[in-house]
Amino acid sequence: MMKNAASNRFGFQLLALILALGITSLILLAVGASPFQVFTDMFTGSLGSVKKISDVLVGWVPLLLVTSGLLITFAAGLWNIGVEGQITLGAIGTTMTLRSLQDSGMNPALIITLSILAGMFAGALWAALAGALKTFGGVNEIFGGLGLNFVATALTIYLIFGPWKRPGTGSMSGTEPFADPLHLPLFEGLRLSPWALVIAIAGIVFVYFLLQGTYFGLRLKAVGRNFRAAYLLGIPTWQYMMFSFLLCGALAGAAGALQVTAVYYRLIPAISSGYGYLGLMVAMLINYQAIWAVPVALFFAALNIGSIQLPILHKLDSSLSGVLQGMLVLFVLLAEGARQRFTPKA
Amino acid sequence: MEIGLILTGLAGVLFAAAPIIFAVIGETVTERAGVINLSMNGTILLSAMGGFAASSRTESLLAGFLTGAAIGALVALVVAFSSITLKQSQVAVGFVLALTCRDLAYFLGNNYMGISGPRIPAWDFPALSQIPVLGQLFFHHDIMTYLSFLAIFLAWAWIFRTRPGLMLQGIGERPASAFVRGANVNLMRYVYTIIGGAIIGLAGPTYSLSVKAGWNGTISGLDGFGWIALSITIFGGWNPLRAAFGAYLFGLLQWLGLVLQPSLPNIPSQVLQVAPFPLMILTLLLVNIGDAEWVERTLAALPESARRFFTRAFRALRASPPAALGVPFERD
Repeated sequence: MMKNAASNRFGFQLLALILALGITSLILLAVGASPFQVFTDMFTGSLGSVKKISDVLVGWVPLLLVTSGLLITFAAGLWNIGVEGQITLGAIGTTMTLRSLQDSGMNPALIITLSILAGMFAGALWAALAGALKTFGGVNEIFGGLGLNFVATALTIYLIFGPWKRPGTGSMSGTEPFADPLHLPLFEGLRLSPWALVIAIAGIVFVYFLLQGTYFGLRLKAVGRNFRAAYLLGIPTWQYMMFSFLLCGALAGAAGALQVTAVYYRLIPAISSGYGYLGLMVAMLINYQAIWAVPVALFFAALNIGSIQLPILHKLDSSLSGVLQGMLVLFVLLAEGARQRFTPKA
Repeated sequence: MEIGLILTGLAGVLFAAAPIIFAVIGETVTERAGVINLSMNGTILLSAMGGFAASSRTESLLAGFLTGAAIGALVALVVAFSSITLKQSQVAVGFVLALTCRDLAYFLGNNYMGISGPRIPAWDFPALSQIPVLGQLFFHHDIMTYLSFLAIFLAWAWIFRTRPGLMLQGIGERPASAFVRGANVNLMRYVYTIIGGAIIGLAGPTYSLSVKAGWNGTISGLDGFGWIALSITIFGGWNPLRAAFGAYLFGLLQWLGLVLQPSLPNIPSQVLQVAPFPLMILTLLLVNIGDAEWVERTLAALPESARRFFTRAFRALRASPPAALGVPFERD
């Protein structure tokens, strides 16, 4: 019986995958492109060389960190849409610390460590704001979070054009880049930092064990499943919700910190690059199972990198990766609904 | 500043708010029926692109608006099907659609970037436009602006002044009671979600064929409208009049940001453009805080007169959502 149910689920997910690819192919045909050619080019564009694979991993790091954080808030039953802003604040906190310590003569490794920690702290603080609005103000975390995302973007632009502007005039290209010693070291000839990889993997391992192996994780899931029952059982519900916001904010903040210390070496206006929203999609696609975050985030990052060349090769917009990712999540959700509805309960 | 300039500015606020009005009214109708359509940001972008593309191909403005409404209705159908028939999370499906439709708009709109296309001509309302002050404020626009005024009052009258509107309130508040009274709750939810979606779908072409004609991809300046409109729907307490007030207030604040720019040279214009957001969060806080447990406890400890004052103030501000918002209906 169990085996039957599992293969049943697998069948519906396969159907979802085929539908998503099919619809995306139809869209490609509609604009006069060859789906086969486009998908092949996306594949070679993301996995065709060591350099490209390392670029995929550069995108995998923030996506995995954000997804790990979101698994905690989802476990608590929260839709932390404000995660975009939490990434942004992480980047701001890191930039602020780097700026104030860069001329202090301290050991660069120590400065980088402190500024990543500051980024995590700033991300957690921003998440705490959404959490406080939710728990003490009754403001739904989706709307509080969305508003805070816009505020975070405005704050970034204000800093880039105001107090932190480049010598001369501020520009959309961001703040003045930091000096070489303040960059996280990279693999030889690549854009990928081993330290960033280590931090991202540590993040998902931490979340996996937190949710699967601890009493805290169990109680957090109780809060998410049935808030009222958890409250009646004596679980301090609002403290748990608040704590999940803080943890998620810290992980998102780490993602923002790494964008500054290992990718851009400065603060740019779109520093979060949409990884927060993409992380929400990954979390939905994997049905909130931490173990699947690793491959699915990798796949999504590969789609992003693979689509970069589409404008040059096919005169197509690179947002195709977003269309394909969205169709996948949509059809997986629909297939799950169809499975629950149309398979007889044993 | 001169009176004439202020009037022109305020009239501009009414004109520029038309897309948000359509979005907010469409969402209010949808949510009144108990369904959240979170896809709004993507729907608006896709309908703006689709409406512009359709009308620049056919050279027909009407085709543009019909395309926009059809896109909105179609996306709403997906939301309705997945949440009502398949009982999946409305928030999850809506959010995925918000992102997917946005990317689809940028992808499909690639060939229409920056090309010139049709635009709705301005049309002074006969006779009424001659009224001093009021005429200048309300009746020197184009047909979509007038339709946006009309939509506010039609939606309000439908919800609060008609029998089917009463039933609409019922299926959002107490679907079980509405069902006992003979309403086909799930069918009605389908119908209102799709109608609401079509109204939301008018927001896009109103922008791309009127407010800021054309399609410019990611720099169209339209990304984010849907999220703003969602917040305004809550601020509006699911009442079309209050929601419209919120939309105009938002537009007014953004306009003030532009006007005040020269006198505040140290603040970049982008910051003033988002000034309404912290205010929006603040108002959401005011609207909701009366329900928070700690507030009730604090109020209970206050002396009688103060308590009565605060309770009354919170009740006046408060906006409770339809009780069954987001909850699937199952007859058992």
